[in-house]
Amino acid sequence: MSFRVGVVTFPGSLDDRDAARAIEMAGGTAVPLFHASDDLKEVQAVVLPGGFSYGDYLRCGAIARFAPIMNSIVTAANHGFPVLGICNGFQVLCESHLLPGALTRNSNLHFLCRDQKLKIENTNTLWTSGFTAGEEILIPLKNGEGSFQCDDETLNILESEGRVIARYLDFDPNGSRNLIAGISNERGNVVGLMPHPEHAIETLTGPSTAGLTFFTSALHQLVGR
Amino acid sequence: MAKIIVEVMLKPEILDPQGQAVASALPRLGFTSLKAATSVRQGKRFEIEIQGDPTPTQLAEAEQAAQSLLSNPVIETYIVKVEK
Repeated sequence: MSFRVGVVTFPGSLDDRDAARAIEMAGGTAVPLFHASDDLKEVQAVVLPGGFSYGDYLRCGAIARFAPIMNSIVTAANHGFPVLGICNGFQVLCESHLLPGALTRNSNLHFLCRDQKLKIENTNTLWTSGFTAGEEILIPLKNGEGSFQCDDETLNILESEGRVIARYLDFDPNGSRNLIAGISNERGNVVGLMPHPEHAIETLTGPSTAGLTFFTSALHQLVGR
Repeated sequence: MAKIIVEVMLKPEILDPQGQAVASALPRLGFTSLKAATSVRQGKRFEIEIQGDPTPTQLAEAEQAAQSLLSNPVIETYIVKVEK
């Protein structure tokens, strides 16, 4: 049986097709979901892709949070439904309060597009279980507002509970606190990641194929359920 | 005619690279006395124009909007006030 993973398209999403392709390559069935509908179409997990949403007026992800599909996703996520937010999707998850903190303007104010080295810190989440702890990977990073910010108390909680799933390595691209590239919620079913694993699934177009592991991790875990 | 004003600022502990860029640009662009400025913080201001004086319900909803949409309480603070 093939596992159904939804990919939400918001007005302005750019990477929904790449995310869908990554899901298919990982062995799942990608199901397109639309922002204006609250129908999750019986998917078993959801990816919020990168790009933009609603012009990102006010703040990135601030308006997407009010989309009908997000109501369904927030309710489901609070009951353990797997959600991966990439880039703008990470911003939407923070604005929806499924993840703590916020993503703000890169510290040098420039939009950045580069192949970025990451260290995988937590392999206990649904989306990172296929990695080995401390594994170093190279995947694309492209954003203008990728600086992860939160108060000291939240940072202590994230660090002490091991909820930082990946950290930037060798280069600080955006001034994120503690070089945080991705985090998870307490339960580990919701993960937000600033870099783009869906662009690193084939050597022809990506700097590595390590990105695929995020998708195969979730699919293997779902098969085991 | 009155305006309900919502002003949103980044919390003091949140890095404001735009404000920092403005601070360093001021003296460079000839505003030399402002070289002494210890910091510049950039924020947002919303003006919600209404007919007549705002009702308590309008003020309450403006407060709600400020808290849930116009600002992100994780990184920002806001104030709501009325101007006539």
